[in-house]
Amino acid sequence: MEFETVIGLEIHIELNTSSKMFCGCSTEFGGEPNARACPVCLGHPGVLPVVNRGAVESAIMLALALNCKISERSIFHRKNYFYPDMPKNYQISQYDVPLSVDGWFDIDMGEYERRVGIVRVHLEEDTGKSIHVGESGRIHGAEYSLEDFNRAGIPLAEIVTRPDIRSPEESSVFLQNLRDIAVYLGISDCKMEEGSLRCDANISISVDGKEGTKVEIKNMNSFRSLRRALSFEEERQRGVLNAGREVKQETRHFDEVGGETHSLRSKEEAFDYRYFPEPDLVPLEPDKEWTNDLRAKIPELPQEKRKRYESALLLPKEISSVLVGDRALAEYFERALTEGQDPVELGKWVSGELLALLRQESIPVEECRVEPSGLANLIKLVSEKVISGKMAKDVLREAFDSGERPEEIVKEGGLFQISDENELVGVVDDVIKENPMAVSDFKSGKEQALKFLMGKVMKKTRGKASPEEATRILTERLENQA
Amino acid sequence: MKEEILGKKAIEIADMIKKREVSASEVTGLFLERIEKLEPELGSFITVCAESAREKAKEIDKKIDSGEKVGRFAGVPIAVKDVLCTKGIRTTCASKILENFVPVYDATVIERISEASMIVIGKTNMDEFAMGSSTENSFFGPTKNPWDKERVPGGSSGGSAAAMAAGEAPWAIGSDTGGSIRQPASLCGIVGLKPTYGLVSRYGLVAFASSLDQVGPMTGNVADCAAMLEVIAGHDRRDSTSIPAQRNEYLEGLTGDLKGMKVGIVSELSGDGIDEGVLRCFRLTCEILESLGVICEEVSLPNFEYALSSYYIIAPAEASSNLARYDGVRYGFRARDNADSVWEMYEETRTGGFGQEVKRRIMLGTFALSAGYYEQYYGKAQKIRTLILRDFEKAFERFDILVSPTSPTVAFRIGEKVDDPLKMYLSDICTIPVNLAGIPAMSIPCGLDDGLPVGFQLMGPALSESLILNVSFALEEEIGFDAKPQTFRA
Ligand SMILES: [Zn+2]
Repeated sequence: MEFETVIGLEIHIELNTSSKMFCGCSTEFGGEPNARACPVCLGHPGVLPVVNRGAVESAIMLALALNCKISERSIFHRKNYFYPDMPKNYQISQYDVPLSVDGWFDIDMGEYERRVGIVRVHLEEDTGKSIHVGESGRIHGAEYSLEDFNRAGIPLAEIVTRPDIRSPEESSVFLQNLRDIAVYLGISDCKMEEGSLRCDANISISVDGKEGTKVEIKNMNSFRSLRRALSFEEERQRGVLNAGREVKQETRHFDEVGGETHSLRSKEEAFDYRYFPEPDLVPLEPDKEWTNDLRAKIPELPQEKRKRYESALLLPKEISSVLVGDRALAEYFERALTEGQDPVELGKWVSGELLALLRQESIPVEECRVEPSGLANLIKLVSEKVISGKMAKDVLREAFDSGERPEEIVKEGGLFQISDENELVGVVDDVIKENPMAVSDFKSGKEQALKFLMGKVMKKTRGKASPEEATRILTERLENQA
Repeated sequence: MKEEILGKKAIEIADMIKKREVSASEVTGLFLERIEKLEPELGSFITVCAESAREKAKEIDKKIDSGEKVGRFAGVPIAVKDVLCTKGIRTTCASKILENFVPVYDATVIERISEASMIVIGKTNMDEFAMGSSTENSFFGPTKNPWDKERVPGGSSGGSAAAMAAGEAPWAIGSDTGGSIRQPASLCGIVGLKPTYGLVSRYGLVAFASSLDQVGPMTGNVADCAAMLEVIAGHDRRDSTSIPAQRNEYLEGLTGDLKGMKVGIVSELSGDGIDEGVLRCFRLTCEILESLGVICEEVSLPNFEYALSSYYIIAPAEASSNLARYDGVRYGFRARDNADSVWEMYEETRTGGFGQEVKRRIMLGTFALSAGYYEQYYGKAQKIRTLILRDFEKAFERFDILVSPTSPTVAFRIGEKVDDPLKMYLSDICTIPVNLAGIPAMSIPCGLDDGLPVGFQLMGPALSESLILNVSFALEEEIGFDAKPQTFRA
């Protein structure tokens, strides 16, 4: 029997519009429970929804980035079910006429690429949050439940992939890529831990090319738990099939602590959502002009950027990945690049020294006190051999802490490297004179002695001697003595 | 003083107040007195806002006395169907589930009548959540027809209609989903207009069937109807289905000139199933139209046959979803706090909070939307809806407006149909097609049958309110319907 894992993802992204999907309430995260709620998002009698134009724009941009076709006309549907965190007991969502359909996205798995089809990107509203008080911690068996409607009505983009994903790793890479895109588009902060990025999965095992039974997995709250849950489920289903049994069609819940999935409900218990067109809203009909404007607003996306960094700027993969993985860092890099320094050197500094400092101090790159041009100038001083790489690191640290420009620090501290031949010859001759033992060691072939003498030269110049120049002159003088 | 005000048009009362011939307080006091006197027997109101109305009247008087700017119909009281949200005034929809619900906001229509400095004098009785044709389905008890207190005022805006007929208010507001303004207007001998879908904002109108609901005037005469429409019509950003049309000057359009007009008499609504007495009044009115230089011809709209069944799929389907929010979680009636689970609380709240008819329609609608039945019911009903709209469009290629009786019968007896929903549903047979098509229609009194008023319905193309108001205006002049129930003279 040949097994193949087949995975499709259903992803929800909270859009970072300033107001909610259908009312004017703020979308800020957290806050006093029910402080950000109004008659509309509380489902009071008589209220009506009004579509947030910004949310539509965000969803269209995301759909375009995922190569989807934007529907000339799409409609909202009501998804009816009772739950205490759903103020109207229906969710305004999209159903068979969504905002966009039929896209694709290629993920880079290192050794191969995988094209993942996108069924649709559509818009809907979020629900509130329930806290069920009682032993079970779930609604069943709760003593009482507390409801916070701050989140109710926040716009969500739902992305549904085709079952084109073949492993838990691919799932994780796809989700990370999608997150990067959303962040680049500036439409969401995509924080899984805050719930602004959520992912459910359908996973099945096909046997000898024959389609398997789908199991839906819920409650995967991090990239890691997505991988863990799907790996567990992959193994579980293979085990069931190997034992000659059948996989049951059901919804399973991932238990973070145990690292296992548990049955939540079977297909027979599935809800009937009684979808029907939302009569309170008119169809969304984005015209060509609007769509084109939005297309023009899409910045260079992570994948293209990485390709450009590697092929045009010749950055090594490790550096380009680090830079592209953080939109703000990439922006910093590109601003520094306009100063005309070598991209690879610059890339190394941004993804190395600078990033290390930022991480150490937990400062976002947007708040970094070293201007991109300052870093570029610092690198220029290194490449012109005005200062050494070692000195540059110290200067960067100081600039990072004080906010002073690196070139100023170099100038004020008199930190210029000594590469003047005459000056260096003088120092070298002094050192040779003062260390006859080491000189004779060198002459008898002890390479170590050269390093010792170099140390003396550096000490005498307080580290400012150009290492290359000093080494050259020292070797020359020693050899001439012989 | 009393006679001077009562029987006057609302717009005339407004003029008198502006000219300080009478004060807003006097007018408000007069109508509050009448309400106090008549209510025990009639039951037109669920809530009477005596105190706030008196206060508001005083404020307006002060403004007028000091020459401050006031709204267009300053100081004229208005009765509002208890389906429109009024900030600080409880809004019940005649349901136990909202028995003590006090909205935190005003419906757009309420905002507009407040801008016109009108005074909400009370919230009128209705069928629970506007579901019914007799105002018998009210948690607060039925409203009696002022013409005969053994009979119903029609519904669901029966409270507003009865209040108008009995002279408890100079004008009133209702809502119409399948005839809920026009049918009670017909049964109570007043004027009622259901505007084009989207002309009046639905924001703050407690939803029954969102794709059919419209708010409209219920008045004693056509001029008042036109005037109130000017106040409440117009685009509202808060209602996405609201039409961004230009506001019309409806009063100015009342010229009474009908020459050269062509009117279609809908065959399907003026024969079988309509009471003989009603038909007699209807035909007489058509003859009057002809005497005004109008050409009347019969026209068939064949898909009307399916209007009622299509309506009783679409309206309950939307209602089943619209009424899902009444669950005891956030506001309104909650059965008990110590239920074993939220599901149990839902069940007990909704079982105890809704009346029979509402529950019946929620179940009908839930079934119609269920997996496997959707296409068969909801899908098909929507197709019929389209066919009915086409029937209308075709007819309007030939005719300026269409006419029919408003209700197949005059006011029926209390209790007569309440146990037979299908019989009750037939009360709206003439009015429902209009809601399905989203077009405007109005009912005006055209005579009495056995001492009870008969209504004449005029239907026009979308946004033809000016036209149907003008035809009504001419007819009103010519018919000279000035009968009033005994109650009015009380
Ligand atoms: Zn809100």
